[in-house]
Amino acid sequence: MLDTRPAPLVQVEDLRMYFPIYTGILRRHTGNVKAVDGVSFSIQAGETLGLVGESGCGKSTVGRAMLRLYEPTGGRVVIDGDDVAHLPPEALRRKRPTMQMVFQDPQASLNPRMTLAQIISEPLDEHTDWSRDKKIERVHELMDQVGLNRRFINRYPHEFSGGQRQRIGIARALALNPRFIVCDEPIAALDVSIQAQVVNLLEDLQDRLGLTYLFISHDLSMVRHLADRVAVMYLGRIAELSPSADLYARPLHPYAEALLSAVNEPDPAIAARRKRIILKGDVPSPANPPVGCNFCTRCPKVMDICRQVKPDLVEVEPGRLVACHLFESRQAAGTTGAPEATERNQQGVSQ
Amino acid sequence: MLTYTLRRLLLAIPTLLLISLVIFLLVDLAPGSPASEIPLTVPPEVRAKILEALGVNEPVHIRYLLWLKQFFWVEPLNGFDAIFGTHYAEGMQRIISYQSRSPVFPLIGERLPQTLTVIGTAYLVGVLIALPIGIYSAYRQYSLFDQFGTMFAMIGFSVPTFFTGTLFIIIFAVWLGWFPTKYNTTLVVTDWASFKEQLRQMAMPVMVLGLANAAAISRYMRSSMLENMSQDYVRTARAKGMSERTVVLKHVLRNSLIPVVTVIALGIPSIFGGAIITENLFGVNGIGSALIQAIRGNDLPMVQTLAFIFAILIVTFNLIADLLYGMLDPRIRYD
Repeated sequence: MLDTRPAPLVQVEDLRMYFPIYTGILRRHTGNVKAVDGVSFSIQAGETLGLVGESGCGKSTVGRAMLRLYEPTGGRVVIDGDDVAHLPPEALRRKRPTMQMVFQDPQASLNPRMTLAQIISEPLDEHTDWSRDKKIERVHELMDQVGLNRRFINRYPHEFSGGQRQRIGIARALALNPRFIVCDEPIAALDVSIQAQVVNLLEDLQDRLGLTYLFISHDLSMVRHLADRVAVMYLGRIAELSPSADLYARPLHPYAEALLSAVNEPDPAIAARRKRIILKGDVPSPANPPVGCNFCTRCPKVMDICRQVKPDLVEVEPGRLVACHLFESRQAAGTTGAPEATERNQQGVSQ
Repeated sequence: MLTYTLRRLLLAIPTLLLISLVIFLLVDLAPGSPASEIPLTVPPEVRAKILEALGVNEPVHIRYLLWLKQFFWVEPLNGFDAIFGTHYAEGMQRIISYQSRSPVFPLIGERLPQTLTVIGTAYLVGVLIALPIGIYSAYRQYSLFDQFGTMFAMIGFSVPTFFTGTLFIIIFAVWLGWFPTKYNTTLVVTDWASFKEQLRQMAMPVMVLGLANAAAISRYMRSSMLENMSQDYVRTARAKGMSERTVVLKHVLRNSLIPVVTVIALGIPSIFGGAIITENLFGVNGIGSALIQAIRGNDLPMVQTLAFIFAILIVTFNLIADLLYGMLDPRIRYD
C-alpha cells in the first residue's frame, strides 16, 4: 500500500436515508422514516471507525446506504475518489470490488444452494477474467487467510458453525482485494468465544492487508478494543464522534455518557461505586423526530434551546466532535470545556 | 438417499393396501347395483346368471382379495405378456368392467393417450405461463404488471372451468370460428395438416385448464420469489457487484424454485386423473370421462381400479417431490 494521501479514504457528507411511509386507501406518501438524517464523517485509510448506538438508531442503515445497498435519499459518500451515492449502475458495479461488507447474520447472508467455492469465487467470475485454476487458487488463499481448512471448499454453508460461516463471509468480502469494508455487526450473531476469534481475525487482516473498516456494533467493549475513533449514533444522527480512548475515558455528549455507563465494569469495586445513568422514556419514532435535538426528550441535561434547535456536529476539542448545545458556548469561548467536563465526570464516579 | 427411498417405498406398501381397502369398500358399499345396467327385458333367471357370472354374489372379502390379486398379479402379468409376447397370464381372470364386459386395463389404455396429450399439455402450458408471471410479479411487486398478474390468478382460481370452457366455446368456436367446438378423438396425426388440426382442437381445453393451473402456480412462484428477494444473501450478491440479472436469476430464482418444483411435481398425478369437467365439456374421451361413465353405470371394478391407480400415482409423486426437494436443497439430507 503506497497510498499515503492525506485525504480520507471515505468521506460521508450529510448522508440521509428516508424510508417513505404510505398510508390510506390511496397509499399516499404521508411521511418518512428518517432512519439516517444528515450524517457526516470521514475515515482515513487504514483506520477503523466504530459506529455504536442502540437498536434502531440507524447504524446498519448508514452502512448499507454507504455501499448503496439502499438508494440514499441525499448526501454524498466519497469512497476512494468516487461519489458512490451518485454513480450510475454500471460504474457502481465496477466500483464494488473496492468496498465490501461483512454482514451480521452469517447464516442468512450466504446463499444456501452454493458451495463455499462458489460463494467465494462468484465475485471473481463477475469482476475478473481469471482462469478456473487461478480462481480456485485465490479461494484457497482466502481460506488460508481467514483460517478455514481447504478441505471444506466444496461444502455448503449449513455444514459450518456460526464462526466458520462468518469466516466465509469475511473471505468472500476479501476476494476482490477491497480497500474499505463495512462490518455490519459481524459478531452480534456469534457466541462470545467465537466473537473474540472473529475480531482478532479482522484486526489481523487489517494489519496485513491495510484495510479500512467501518465497524458497526452495539457491543461497546468490542468497539473500544477495535476502533480508532468511535461515532455514537442516536435516532439517525451522530451525537458524538471522538477518538476511542477519549470517548471511553470521558464521554462528552449526554447520550454517549449514558450509553457508556451501561458498559459492564469487570472490577466489582469500581462497579459498586459507579453510577449508571438510566434514561427515562423511549426513543422517539424516527418517523416523527423532535423538532430540536433528537435526544431532548430523554436528556438529563435538557435546556430550552434543545427543544427548538437541532445542534450541529462541531469540534469542541481537538479531534472530538459533539452535537450538543451544552458545548456550543464552549466552542465559541475557546477551551474552557475540558476542566468542566472532567468535573462532571468525577461527580459521576464519586457518588 | 437410497436407504430413504427404499424405506419410503416399503412404507408405501401398507399405505396403499389400506387405501385399496378403503376405496374398495367405499365403492362397494355405495348404493346402486351392477344389475341396474342390465335391461329390464332380460328375464330374472338370466339376470341372476349374469350376476353370478360377474362374481357379484361372493362375500366382500373374497371379492376384495380377488381384486387385489388381479390388480397386483394378473394385470401386470398380462402387461408383461403384451410386451414380450409370452403367455404367462393365459387363463387367469382379469378385472372385468361391468359395463363393457371386457378387461378394465385395455380400456384405460385406450383412454390414457387423449388425457395425457390434452391435460399434460395444459399442465405444461400452465407452468410455462405461471413461472414468468410469478417471477416478474415478485420482482416488480405492486407494479401494474403485478396487479394484472394477481387479477389473472384470481380469475383462474375463482372462475370454474365449466364457465371459462363454455365462454371459450362461444367466443373462439362460435363467434370467431377459430377452433372446433368438439375434440375429435378419432383424429390420427399422420402429416402436417392433421397435426395442425390436432393443435386446433387441443387449443381450447388446453387454454381452459392451463389458465386454472397457471393461476395457482404463479401465486406459489410469486410468494416464493418474494420470500427469497428479501433474504440477506441477495443483498450479499448485490454487494458482490453481481449484475441484476445474475442476482435475480441465479440467487433468487434458483432458491425460489425449490418449493415450486415440489408443488409442480405434486400436481402431476392430476394429469393422469384427467379433468372430468373439461374432458366432458370438449368431448375429450379421456380418463376423466371414463371415470364419470363408470360411476354412472355402477361399473364398480372400473371405478375401483381407476381410483386406486390415482392413489398409487399420488403416493409415488409425493415420494418424487420429497426426493426432488432433497436433491435441490443441499440443506435437506435424507440419511
